[in-house]
Amino acid sequence: MELFTNQVLAGIATGAIYACMALAVVMIYQAIDHLNFAQGEMAMFSTFVSWQLMQWGVPYWGAFVITLVFAFVGGIAIERILFKPLAKAPILTNVAGFIALFAIINSSAGLIWDFTIKQYPTPFGSSPFLGSQLISTHQAGMIGVTLLLLVALYFFFQYTRIGLAMRAAASLPESARLVGINTSWMIALGWGMASAIGAIAGMLIAPVVFLEPNMMVGVLLYGFAAAVLGGLTSPLGAVVGGFLMGIFENLVGTYIPGVGNELKLPIALALIISVLVVKPAGLFGRQIVKRV
Amino acid sequence: MSAAEEVVEGHEMVEAVPKRAMTLGTGTSLVVLAALLIAPLFVKNFIIFQMTMLLIYGLAVLALNILTGGSGQFSLGQSAFYAVGAYTTAVLMEYFNVNYALTLPIAGVVCFGFGFLFGQPALRLSGVYLALATFALATAMPQLLKLNFLEHWTGGVQGLVVTKPDAPFGLPMSQDMWLYYFTLVVVIAIYIFAVNLLRSRSGRAFMAIRDNEIAASAMGVDVALYKTLAFGVSAAITGVAGSLGAIAVQFVAPDSFTINLAISLFLGMVVGGVGWLPGSFVGAAFIIFVPNIAEGISKGLSGAVFGVLLFLVIYLVPHGARQIAILGQQLAGKLKKN
Repeated sequence: MELFTNQVLAGIATGAIYACMALAVVMIYQAIDHLNFAQGEMAMFSTFVSWQLMQWGVPYWGAFVITLVFAFVGGIAIERILFKPLAKAPILTNVAGFIALFAIINSSAGLIWDFTIKQYPTPFGSSPFLGSQLISTHQAGMIGVTLLLLVALYFFFQYTRIGLAMRAAASLPESARLVGINTSWMIALGWGMASAIGAIAGMLIAPVVFLEPNMMVGVLLYGFAAAVLGGLTSPLGAVVGGFLMGIFENLVGTYIPGVGNELKLPIALALIISVLVVKPAGLFGRQIVKRV
Repeated sequence: MSAAEEVVEGHEMVEAVPKRAMTLGTGTSLVVLAALLIAPLFVKNFIIFQMTMLLIYGLAVLALNILTGGSGQFSLGQSAFYAVGAYTTAVLMEYFNVNYALTLPIAGVVCFGFGFLFGQPALRLSGVYLALATFALATAMPQLLKLNFLEHWTGGVQGLVVTKPDAPFGLPMSQDMWLYYFTLVVVIAIYIFAVNLLRSRSGRAFMAIRDNEIAASAMGVDVALYKTLAFGVSAAITGVAGSLGAIAVQFVAPDSFTINLAISLFLGMVVGGVGWLPGSFVGAAFIIFVPNIAEGISKGLSGAVFGVLLFLVIYLVPHGARQIAILGQQLAGKLKKN
């Protein structure tokens, strides 16, 4: 039983990261209707920026804030420069654009910071949390930050003018434009926020998976899977999906013999697909009714 | 989040390509064919090998094109079917001494089965959800091939070596050249089959589903049947490509069939033009040669150079090579009028 609780708690801790990543994925999906395959690489690049700042002597929280600003501005810049010209292009062409962005960021990060694995500090410390052997303070911190972020986003979208405008621009662009919302900038804003959320996920997971240009590939996969599991139209669903993914992954690795690390991902994905076959819009997604 | 149901207008993944615009004209086709027949006589063996790979990847992109451009389903799992085809050939040749040419149809049938079966659960999924499902298939495949209990057949991580066939009947040809012509014949046969398939009743059903699934089913198209059929046919052709690939490369190993292969094939389809069959081979040329060019420009930044080149292509021609072909046709039409 103790093994079980241990695994579930560890799953919740990694799940917090997947939840963050899934939130970022859902943010962009809401804004532009695309899955951004370069999301993980954008987060990785931001994390490297914060690491570089700390190497230059900036304290952790200073680097944290500067990185968030950098990620936000960077996300907007990417949308304005690279993807706005593609707005009228077919969807699959946009997907190719995401893959191109992935290659560019990954390769540049490799050139700037090379591929050696780097240590990344944690702001919470790595001692056991409240004297419990089950989870460390860093893991508890990750969960806390994710929940905080979720609450902040909820208030932003529910109770601020700009959040309302973003939701309007995403759900009915034509009508939103008619009431004077600049939908084009709302999309850019969505990119900026997604990029910043991704940066938070990157900085939180870096102490666990260590810093290197390919660190986010696996995380992004789980993030996608979590977002799809929860339902791509629901930020809350993304977070729940993220935690479920983390727990799934750990339990599958522990209790199904012969799985090991190699087969964890395929099995987790297979589970998700089974869920989707039963509930095609994800656990919390809205069922979209199509008409001719 | 409210459970309110939302009604949206059809939001197509793939734009409709008119049937006529899916192929090249007869004249152009004959010129291309002649060029493909003569070219190997003048170049070195290595270039012939690359041309063979171009045909093989082109075939795999063509298969994806039938699925996505034809029936509107989006797959990131083609590398899995490619792997199944390649392993079918390798295992048959290694353990059963089957003739290499005979392994192709067997690989096709095996992959058709896999594709058809995979199409069943995939029926309920569309768009990004389908992309994730096929993606899962592609990520799982290399791991499955490494499994212990399959190791006896697949050779595990080490993979299997495939012997390259000699030219038959004592023809005075190098192995590479023979394999090139052999591949060319297979590719042409499948290309003609694909063109005719899309022009047939089934092809029209695919396209009706792509353009509007609900309207298609209201008109009496058996949506479930044709969607799984598209998956099966696409997988079968990918399997044949995989089995040709195994013979050409003379080697199969789990790590040759990762998700990167599936992504490459997808890029090939976009660059060639979704739904334009000849574009598959243009796209294949892009995914084979552009990484080499990128490597040549800068070793450390090859990924970035590749990304920038890809961006350039999609800015200039968002609809892929098809757009250039259409422009060419219009120009030719104007010249004729004058």
